[in-house]
Amino acid sequence: MSERVRGYALFATVALLLLVVAPLALPAFRLDELAKYLCLAIAALGIGLAWGQGGMLTLGQGVFFGLGGYAMGMYLKLHDAGGDLPDFMVWSGVERLPALWQPFGNPVVALAAVVLVPVAVAVLLGALVFRRRVRGAYFAILSQALAAAFVILLVGQQGLTGGTNGLTNFYDFFGRDPEAESTQRTMYFVVAGVLGVLYLLARQLVGSRFGRLLVAVRDGEDRVRFLGYDPALVKTVTFAISAGMAGLAGALFVPVVGIISPSLLGVVPSLELVVAVAVGGRYALAGAILGAVVMNYAKTSFSEEWAGGWLYLQGALFILVMTLAPKGAVGLYQQARDALARRRGASAAAVEKPGVAVKEEVPA
Amino acid sequence: MSEPPVRGAGRAEERAEAAMSEAETAGRAEAGARELLEIRGLQVVFDGFRAIDGVDLTVRQGELRFLIGPNGAGKTTLIDVITGLTRPSAGSVRFAGTELVGRKEHRIVRLGIGRTFQTSVVFEELTVVENLDLAATFRRPLWALLRRRRGVSDTVAEALETVGLTDLAERPAGVLSHGQRQWLEIGMLIAQRPRLLLLDEPVAGMSRQERERTGELLTTIAEDHTVVVVEHDMEFLRRYASQVTVLHEGRVLVEGDVAQVRADPRVQEVYLGRTAEEAA
Ligand SMILES: Nc1ncnc2c1ncn2[C@@H]1O[C@H](COP(=O)(O)OP(=O)(O)OP(=O)(O)O)[C@@H](O)[C@H]1O
Ligand SMILES: [Mg+2]
Repeated sequence: MSERVRGYALFATVALLLLVVAPLALPAFRLDELAKYLCLAIAALGIGLAWGQGGMLTLGQGVFFGLGGYAMGMYLKLHDAGGDLPDFMVWSGVERLPALWQPFGNPVVALAAVVLVPVAVAVLLGALVFRRRVRGAYFAILSQALAAAFVILLVGQQGLTGGTNGLTNFYDFFGRDPEAESTQRTMYFVVAGVLGVLYLLARQLVGSRFGRLLVAVRDGEDRVRFLGYDPALVKTVTFAISAGMAGLAGALFVPVVGIISPSLLGVVPSLELVVAVAVGGRYALAGAILGAVVMNYAKTSFSEEWAGGWLYLQGALFILVMTLAPKGAVGLYQQARDALARRRGASAAAVEKPGVAVKEEVPA
Repeated sequence: MSEPPVRGAGRAEERAEAAMSEAETAGRAEAGARELLEIRGLQVVFDGFRAIDGVDLTVRQGELRFLIGPNGAGKTTLIDVITGLTRPSAGSVRFAGTELVGRKEHRIVRLGIGRTFQTSVVFEELTVVENLDLAATFRRPLWALLRRRRGVSDTVAEALETVGLTDLAERPAGVLSHGQRQWLEIGMLIAQRPRLLLLDEPVAGMSRQERERTGELLTTIAEDHTVVVVEHDMEFLRRYASQVTVLHEGRVLVEGDVAQVRADPRVQEVYLGRTAEEAA
């Protein structure tokens, strides 16, 4: 029970930091950067759910991030064009609005697509892949290949997707100037709020019976089958939830950063996000978020000082974490805390009665 | 229904829930029949090797059946076929009138067949209660699992009691001893209220005391379940078995009660050999 209280206290502290302290203390452009990290943290939260809890090492979350981002970008482009063709289409010599674009002129359809398209793709993929019992490294490679193929598709269809440049130059974001400081500030709060709500929902999921089932599927898929559950269904549902989160993250990313392009969602960005989750601690949802924020902050700071160095540092950090601390930063923190408690408990137990303290398992 | 008499009202209630299963609906037509499991002409071929070579086996409602045979006789393979893990190349497996061959594993479980494995598998990260609860809620739709578990359900408490793990309820299953894991697995089966339990070498690797407890547990469970036990241990067999089927090289060699089987010269030759002399 005290674990739970501590969890809420921690959540409240982080919420206070993000919603009050950061907006007051940080200059506008730094707050803007933080908003970007928080977008990535939303996608990371999905990875924490799929990989940390469900054991699905998904190396292609960029695909879902991209689907959400492009859905949002397409709407903004159409809105800016005001009935005409979006600028990049004119430059590429496209004469009529492609059929694929037409539904995205409607903001409701576009916003729904932000979540529903990634979810639908994940369900389709999950139904194909998990039912055939593709898992482990095979699933990881498959998801990565998907990210690679997605980028090739985007780059190749210049007239449809904006090619390498992606979708950018937005002038109107739901009646506001997307570049204006006030819009950016509002977006920051929106992103932080969405992250907070999704975190609480994910936590609820992890603590539920479904969450226990998910861990069971991760640790013994075949055994779960003989308990009468369909592991493929459990995995597909979870994968779809994580895809939906990535889609939402991508959509929020567009107004915050002002662009969605293939270089933001290919193999490398997808991998970087997984590395961040591993460093933060994949078995705890908070670890995924922490990892995404800290690693992306470090990336930005490092690139300002020593371009190129980040790649090596990131690689080294990943190897270190996987070999020495597979539970990441959160795991190290828990270890330290338990060791402290044990030392304190040992002296207390000597006075009272000997016995092993029953550790309450609390899903993070 | 052709259920054996059940003890206690709570149990009858649980049965009512299980009655929604496909098995009961399918089995209703067969309500008169006493045969729960009927295996006919079963053949399993692995790369040209006949692991099961024409097995017929009938298990009646309420029976406690021991399945023995030397290493490689095909005992585990037989259980694998019943539970959908292995597809036979010929033959049929009918459970309460329903054909099992070709069905998916989790569907077969939903018909009311539970199994354990030779090497026990429990979910180490989950507590003992969580393991049992997971087993107990398998008939609920997925969305109904989205809520947090509150307390311990009667079914789970009963299973904890039966397998004697109440004191360890809140410990992670990872800390359990080998014997306790086997009991937890059996508990998980009981919590599912299956109509047929298939236990693959439940006492392998257990200490003498643990074997004894398992034997008692088995006797208790057999009072109101149909159970098939694969077992090697002759001492255990002599103490707890009544009906025995001997498998050898993928065929049924002998079937009968313990005394008959032990006295059969063919059994002594292929299987009991030294063990029979030692045990005699
Ligand atoms: N998947 C498989 N592929 C190939 N051969 C197999 C496979 N599974 C089992 N076998 C073979 O089939 C035969 C029967 O195996 P099975 O595991 O059913 O024996 P068993 O009676 O359970 O033996 P034990 O007492 O050692 O558990 C063995 O010769 C085994 O090597
Ligand atoms: Mg075996």
